[in-house]
Amino acid sequence: MAPVTVFGSAVFANAARVLVCLEEVGIEYEVVEVDYMAKEHKGPEHLSRNPFGQIPALQDGDVMLFESRAISKYVLRKYGKASNVDLLREDSAEEAALVDVWTEVEAHHYFPAIAPIVYECVVFPARLGMQPNQKVVDESLEKLGKVLEIYEARLSKSKYLAGDFFSFADLTHFPYTYYFMKTTHASLLDKFPHVKAWWEDLMSRPSTKKHGAGMFLEP
Amino acid sequence: MGIKVYGPAASTNVARVLVCLEEVGVEYELVPVDMPSGEHKRPEHLARNPFGQVPAFQDGDLMLSESRAIAKYILRKGGSQLLRECNLSESAMVDVWLEVEAAQFSSAMSPIIFQCFVIPVVMGGKPDMKVVEENLEKLKKALEVYEARLSKFKYLAGEFVSLADISHFPTAHYLLGSPHASAIDAYPHVKAWIADIMARPSVKKVRELMKMASA
Repeated sequence: MAPVTVFGSAVFANAARVLVCLEEVGIEYEVVEVDYMAKEHKGPEHLSRNPFGQIPALQDGDVMLFESRAISKYVLRKYGKASNVDLLREDSAEEAALVDVWTEVEAHHYFPAIAPIVYECVVFPARLGMQPNQKVVDESLEKLGKVLEIYEARLSKSKYLAGDFFSFADLTHFPYTYYFMKTTHASLLDKFPHVKAWWEDLMSRPSTKKHGAGMFLEP
Repeated sequence: MGIKVYGPAASTNVARVLVCLEEVGVEYELVPVDMPSGEHKRPEHLARNPFGQVPAFQDGDLMLSESRAIAKYILRKGGSQLLRECNLSESAMVDVWLEVEAAQFSSAMSPIIFQCFVIPVVMGGKPDMKVVEENLEKLKKALEVYEARLSKFKYLAGEFVSLADISHFPTAHYLLGSPHASAIDAYPHVKAWIADIMARPSVKKVRELMKMASA
């Protein structure tokens, strides 16, 4: 049986999201590179995997998926039990709901604030040789600061985002935060001690250490 | 203590929650939140939704925010088939197209709704047509993908209706009520699919609540 295949390597933050989930459940998988600079993601072969021409996609036998958060949930749902890994908590309606809430918060509040900083300070300089647009960075830092105040309040009350248990809600923050912490703005986290401790805990996991090593974008 | 939903029915995110409650047929109380006066940014509401948004949702001691998370909770507890969680590949497709709804459809529709409804009606201003045009272009690119998908399958996740389809109805409601409704005419499968969703009793009921709230 062919192993699970991920199209797009860890250097793509959304692919890294999926890859850490695969590490957590401990199954075999292979990574197929998609040549971004050659626009391979917009070519017919990749479009047949992801009709929006984005990275990543995942193939598991007959199943072809895209959207990293959906792929991640599939991986955790399908392979978690066999490995004694429960990052979705679907046996409890209440716990699963809290995991979903903070997963949505990452998508709709955290990501929109942090991603522009990652694009301006890491991606555009490396891929396009551009200098960061300081106005975009400053506006995003302000938004991110407000979001982090809410996270600080939450993490002062519970060890992890969905409760006192580690879950996908925490893990899903890894890729963009990892790149953010490589920028000169990493010190923003120093203002939020519970967030910083939560981040360091996240980075102590073998899955994030392994894929962090593959996440580098140098100009 | 029963189920409470905080926020105006006219909000797309509140409507998304209400339709799920209607689908599973549980009783709930819709509690108004006076957004024009800033009630959603005051401490009492921030205690329910720390981002100061609507909806917030309460079921006994459980307080939730984020409409798609709330939707899943309601459907799971109500034993609905709209998530297909008994089947791994089907539930995955529901999750995929629910992500697409947020990332591709609603992300283009929200600025259009803001320009075409909120600005004229709530703020007494004029829509910025440049913003509307840019987002209509984004929407059309997404609709091309939807058209291809819905030419192959009756619904987004497969041959079965799911939360992925129904989650589109609140923004589709506003698109149909806007000057740009004809944008979907170029996509016959999308147009038929929207009509199918709008024919569901749960959707009809919530659309009435949305209209009453905007009056």
